[in-house]
Amino acid sequence: MLEILIISTLNGILYGMLLFLMASGLTVIFSMMGVLNLAHASFYMLGAFFGFEISRRLGFWPALVIAPVLVGLIGMVVERYGLRRVHRHGHVAELLFTFGLTFIIKEVVEMVWGKLPADYRVPPSLDFSAFTLFASSYPAFKLFVLLISVAIFLALLAVIRYTRIGLIVQAALSHPGMVGMLGHNVDRIFMLVFGVGVGLAAVAGVIAGPILVTQSNMAGLLGPILFVVVVVGGLGSLGGALVASLLIGLVQTFAVAFNVSLADLFGNSAAAAVLSVWLSDIWRVTVAQVAPILPYLLLVLILIFRPRGLMGTRDT
Amino acid sequence: MSEARTVTHPGSPAGIGPGVFARYAVWIALAAILLLLPYVFSSRLALSTMSLMGTMIVFALSYNMLLGQAGLLSFGHAVFFGLGGFFTVHLLNMAGAGGWPVPLPLFPVIGALGGLFFGVLFGAISTRRAGTAFAMITLGIGELVASSALILRRFFGGEEGITTDRTDVLAFFGYSFGPQLQVYYLIAAWCFVCIALMYAITRTPFGRICNAVRDNPQRAAFIGYDTSAVRFIAFSLSGLFAGVAGGLSAINFEIMNAAQMGAAESGTVILMTYIGGVGNFAGPIIGAILVTWLQLMLSDATKIWPLYVGLLFIGMVMFAPGGIAGLLATQAPVLAARKLHRVLPYYLLALVPGIVAVIGLSVLIETAHQFSIRASYGSELTLYSVPFDVTSPLPWLAGLILAAAGTWLFLRAARLARDAYDDAVSGGREA
Repeated sequence: MLEILIISTLNGILYGMLLFLMASGLTVIFSMMGVLNLAHASFYMLGAFFGFEISRRLGFWPALVIAPVLVGLIGMVVERYGLRRVHRHGHVAELLFTFGLTFIIKEVVEMVWGKLPADYRVPPSLDFSAFTLFASSYPAFKLFVLLISVAIFLALLAVIRYTRIGLIVQAALSHPGMVGMLGHNVDRIFMLVFGVGVGLAAVAGVIAGPILVTQSNMAGLLGPILFVVVVVGGLGSLGGALVASLLIGLVQTFAVAFNVSLADLFGNSAAAAVLSVWLSDIWRVTVAQVAPILPYLLLVLILIFRPRGLMGTRDT
Repeated sequence: MSEARTVTHPGSPAGIGPGVFARYAVWIALAAILLLLPYVFSSRLALSTMSLMGTMIVFALSYNMLLGQAGLLSFGHAVFFGLGGFFTVHLLNMAGAGGWPVPLPLFPVIGALGGLFFGVLFGAISTRRAGTAFAMITLGIGELVASSALILRRFFGGEEGITTDRTDVLAFFGYSFGPQLQVYYLIAAWCFVCIALMYAITRTPFGRICNAVRDNPQRAAFIGYDTSAVRFIAFSLSGLFAGVAGGLSAINFEIMNAAQMGAAESGTVILMTYIGGVGNFAGPIIGAILVTWLQLMLSDATKIWPLYVGLLFIGMVMFAPGGIAGLLATQAPVLAARKLHRVLPYYLLALVPGIVAVIGLSVLIETAHQFSIRASYGSELTLYSVPFDVTSPLPWLAGLILAAAGTWLFLRAARLARDAYDDAVSGGREA
């Protein structure tokens, strides 16, 4: 039991930090530009496939640097020539633009790499067991992923706290209009923030690719969960995004570890027999089977009891 | 209140009784078209295509009650389509087994009730917020229902879905609804009724308040309307009509599948509605017909057809936010000024390089596609009945030149066309 607890906690934090790598960019982009980038998970997928392709040719370490930079540049081009153009048609048009982008990125990925999972493996230099806990060993690559995401989180925190650009970003989080009034080149900051934001998502893609499956449907699987994170954390709150990422990461990994259903809990009594007829499928479903829908249940509950999200400060 | 004054259009001679026939000319024409279509396109394929289009028209129009009329962008609209369809299928099976005296044409009502019920349920959660938060909530609800559907196998039938037989229920004046033609007329009748009802809703004070909440929620609230209540009613009604569409789909295909409530189906309805045009009542009708036709036609021609539909969508969002109906509506002043003959040559002038650019782009895309799968499918490709090898630089170069030259000439011609349009419109005003 203790073993499951520790391993699940580690995996949960790992998954949560990966989510946060993406959610942080999404939140900053949303706070500054008012655009919820629906294609954010698609850039994560691009990162994974670029990482796969580059690590096949040049090795994993160059891929870890080159792929996010490439995706970031693509993001800047998209912002400069796409989003900025659509901006004057209003928010709905911006949302729809990024929505259309998810279609196109998915189709292009399928066109180039096909629909089957890519053979994206853990690099040999990190393919060993980090430590052995009770009977199971924990792979070093997972630990590396955890370290990278924590390091990026700390770096992001430092940039936002202590640099001039970070100061402007921080100001734009709470008073987006005022920043422009003060004479900053808001257009260029937007382009930069969009590029860095999707670049972070691409980092997540490169390091998550080998442990999760690198496939053309990965954006569609992860995207909705990402938006749950952002809404649960509170639209526009970085701290909220961190808490919600870890929460959802832990909830999902722990749910998978428990194979219990209502029928197991109640055993064989007369009442249980009646309930099993009335509830049928719900009665027999295990917690592990429910794991995929838990984030969405959390979303609905949060919306009913705390519509602003965990740490949301302003309404949209 | 001055509702009536805002409703009247400047073009139509309101107040002077134009006669029942002239007043309802559009509706009579629509009914006639729906009645006569099977005589023009009578093949089996055409009939099933038109049945599908009818279903999609109702679905897209119900979506536009949200996006176009109330300004609510929903990413989970297929939920109501799917749930309406599943309720219809289950009721059909129960009616067939129990021998209920209910004829088939009444079953879309079940879909409507199912859609309305869940519209009320999910609307209560999601319509408290508008804008981006609303969009995210509907996305979450859509995912919640779609993934729950795979767990609740008894009701949703898992991966295979639930099948039914529409001929099992009571015959309707001797019609068994076995042949596709009879199903077409059933769908056409429901389509007509739903179009009329949804149009009527846009003309009621409620429809106008929806528009007010869309355009300026703060002001609508200031006047005294509860904006979230207005959004809630619009959301519920839109769920009702989506449920009708789901019911029609269930009757048409005799199967409902959990995939029909998923994100892909929700995405399709967004594409249809937006490409057709959200600002115009007829927009989603055009979009539903066009996108359904494109899906059928392109999927025959190429494997990567969603890419083309996606590009068309992005192009519409970037360059023609009013959709096709919006583009057509901008021609109304030209028609009113009787200057169409002045602008039409310029449109044709722009059309030719436009087609060239599209051909060039498709050559590039198809060549790239074949290039990426050449390991397993070979590098030979035949496009526009020209066979070539995708590893040679020639097709790439040809595609690039066609696309670039076509785009450049199109942009120049478009500028000329715009000048001609401005001329015609401003000239019309002076006259």
